[in-house]
Amino acid sequence: MIDAAALDRARRQLLAAGLGIGLGVAWRPAHALSDELAGALRAFTGGAATREGKVSFDIAPLVENGNTVPITVTVDHPMTAAQHVQAIAVFNEKNPQREVVACQLTPRAGRAVVSTRIRLATTQQLVAVAKLSDGSYWTHTVDVIVTLAACIE
Amino acid sequence: MARALIHLPAAARKGEVVEVRALIAHAMETGYRAGADGRILPRDIIRRFSCRYDGELVFSADLYPAVSANPYFAFFLTADGSGSLTFTWEGDNGFAQTETVTITVS
Repeated sequence: MIDAAALDRARRQLLAAGLGIGLGVAWRPAHALSDELAGALRAFTGGAATREGKVSFDIAPLVENGNTVPITVTVDHPMTAAQHVQAIAVFNEKNPQREVVACQLTPRAGRAVVSTRIRLATTQQLVAVAKLSDGSYWTHTVDVIVTLAACIE
Repeated sequence: MARALIHLPAAARKGEVVEVRALIAHAMETGYRAGADGRILPRDIIRRFSCRYDGELVFSADLYPAVSANPYFAFFLTADGSGSLTFTWEGDNGFAQTETVTITVS
């Protein structure tokens, strides 16, 4: 006869193990950049360190048509002469070229928000980088699934 | 002349932050696609877009082949005073176009 308490303990251990696996998946470095993408980012920043945060890269996680994908990059930062966002750039992992678009902003642009439409060749990782007037760089990395690729062949 | 569409409020209050949207008709041929004869079509893209407010730069962008056909940009602008906004697009094969829009600030 199996002890009910032992069974309960086993159940709890199993649940805890399952939770551990779940957390492990969630905490895996999802935003580890591929070498090429990291290289493009380094070329843009001139080797300066980048940090995650401040930037919000808005793109549909599931893209049905890669020919025209609306994106919006928002930087949570004031736009004054003393403190502003100087540049916003977007890089991709698997298009023929790493660069997507690079925007330069001045304090006269009242809000650090840029929207445009881009092409995506395949399911891949994208990164948005913002350069602030204090010289720091902030990033946001997203993964998108593309069902219909942009014509590149 | 390519067709360009520019949207912004015709009038704004001083200090108000307004959204500017600009679109231009352009194929943005990437240079990675093959034509009907199987040969790669040469690249023909807009490489640079800029917006100036009474001559002072507000927003500019470097475009790459990954920007969709008919490039569209939306950004913000602080309306400081009545004046003109000059939009410039420059690209391959000597493409250059300038559009001017006036904004009234009260």
